[in-house]
Amino acid sequence: MMSSEEYSGVWTLGEVRNGEISSVSYELLAWGKKLSEKLEERLSSVVLGHNIKRKSQELFEFGADEVYVVDNPKLEHFLPDIHANLCEALVREYKPGILIASATTYGRTIMPILAARLKTGLTADCTELDIDLKEHILLQTRPAIGGNVMATIKTPDIRPQMATVRPKSKRPLKPDKSKNGKLILKEYSSDLYESRYKWLSFEKDESSDLPIQESDVIIAGGKGMKGKKNFDMLYDLSKMLNGAVGASRPTVDMGWVPYSHQIGLSGKTVTPHFYMAFGISGAIQHVAGMSSSKIIVAINKDPDAPIFKVADFGVVGDALEILPALLKKLGKGERNE
Amino acid sequence: MTRIAVLIKQVPASDNVKMDEKTGTMIRSATDAELNPLDMYAVEEAIRLKEKLENAHISVISMGPPQAIEAIKEAISMGCDDGYLVSDRKFAGADTLSTAYTLSAAIRKLEGFDLIFCGERATDGETGQVGPSVATQLDMPVLTYVGKIDKFKNGVIRVHRSVEGGKEVVEASIPALISVIKEINEPRIPNLSGKIKSKKTLVPILDLSKIDAPSDKIGLSGSPTRVVKIFYPKLSRTGKVIKAKNAETAANELEKFMKSKGIL
Repeated sequence: MMSSEEYSGVWTLGEVRNGEISSVSYELLAWGKKLSEKLEERLSSVVLGHNIKRKSQELFEFGADEVYVVDNPKLEHFLPDIHANLCEALVREYKPGILIASATTYGRTIMPILAARLKTGLTADCTELDIDLKEHILLQTRPAIGGNVMATIKTPDIRPQMATVRPKSKRPLKPDKSKNGKLILKEYSSDLYESRYKWLSFEKDESSDLPIQESDVIIAGGKGMKGKKNFDMLYDLSKMLNGAVGASRPTVDMGWVPYSHQIGLSGKTVTPHFYMAFGISGAIQHVAGMSSSKIIVAINKDPDAPIFKVADFGVVGDALEILPALLKKLGKGERNE
Repeated sequence: MTRIAVLIKQVPASDNVKMDEKTGTMIRSATDAELNPLDMYAVEEAIRLKEKLENAHISVISMGPPQAIEAIKEAISMGCDDGYLVSDRKFAGADTLSTAYTLSAAIRKLEGFDLIFCGERATDGETGQVGPSVATQLDMPVLTYVGKIDKFKNGVIRVHRSVEGGKEVVEASIPALISVIKEINEPRIPNLSGKIKSKKTLVPILDLSKIDAPSDKIGLSGSPTRVVKIFYPKLSRTGKVIKAKNAETAANELEKFMKSKGIL
């Protein structure tokens, strides 16, 4: 068994999307900074990609003391076995005490593969990370059963302690341009680049630029929107606020909105800064996916709609009348009859 | 013959969850359990694949207490051929690594699967980790967040993965594990003959004696993680709810609130 004393340092797994360092990588460093300061240990990032060496240096400004970079044409697209091979080799060589990744489709795929190979624990989709200073271990807090229960979990004996962290659960630190760090460029033998996967193509989703889990603002619609066409108004409002459009399950089931926008127990769980619900009654299955949003506003015809119980501000009224009025007020009313 | 396994889980039923008015937390009835809603899509996709293939066989596998047999029977009534319940008191307290270890041991025992399907995650634990962990422990590729199966031919499966910002088309060699998302299909409702068949199907129980797993790898002792504490967050807020005279006043009030919070 790996002895925990040999392991030290906090690592974040950076995420490269379409050749760019994704913003979730900076959020992870904000978490990592908190942990590494409490432990008085070094904070490092791992970046796997192609033509990524120069861009990786940005991670120093956001808190990394060191960045381990593997830069190879075979890393242009995400092939899980190659990424797992390289992460595993890095972890076995440098022995970090903690390894965190974002709870994105990337993090939630690579981390369980890696944890299974390293035979260590992994906690999914944490919304809070802290250090138990007495035992010097990571405390990983996550919602379960749709946010009904919060559980704090630890990995007492095996290292590294691994967790994925929900996007938007922490804001990136203010970049410090003067801060420098050590870039460690690693190369590995060709057998680690053998893959049982083949990447073929990528098709961009035109309906949204930002995945809803990574959006600061979500404008969501429910049955009260009465139809697919009316969702256009939600898209208008979300564009004005630089946000994304969310939806309740019934509207997805009726085909008004693609599944990638569904929020709730059988959809996505989101933690935006601002959540606005139009014509959503607030069935507990929906609330489970959005109740940890920082500010919640609800508009619904039914004064007894449960959504008002989780709202910071509510307006009783018809979403289909109030939404056009709001758009008009904010300066984009013209196109709505 | 193509052999397909579907991994499913029985979860507390979500239909009758309510919010506790006083504490603002969710209440679930402990007695009602159902097949994890997100696993229905895995079951359906396996059946659709079987219908396209000339010769295929689907086994449903679940780890859980004896009553999880009900969830297995539900999957059989939809069209799966048989099922196995991996169940032993000694498996209790397993985290995702240990659950995946136990399931992998059972799958190895049943041997010879070309494809393993599972749902994106269970609606109770919500980790989504067991599928990729099983694939890794069985040394096979895993395709996660699959919204469409494009092709299955000559030992290669091609899928569409729904990722941030779009869809990715990827192939993997079989045997492989596929975890599917809700948009992949619309699960069927079991018909009468399916229900009759599932009633008659005997679901064997694989306990510790029937799988090859050392006791330090299973249950709580095989789990690297420990729960430190559990607490119940308050979901309800004491927000102000207003009833506006007309849409314009409502819009005014909304604008005022958003401005006060720095949204505008």
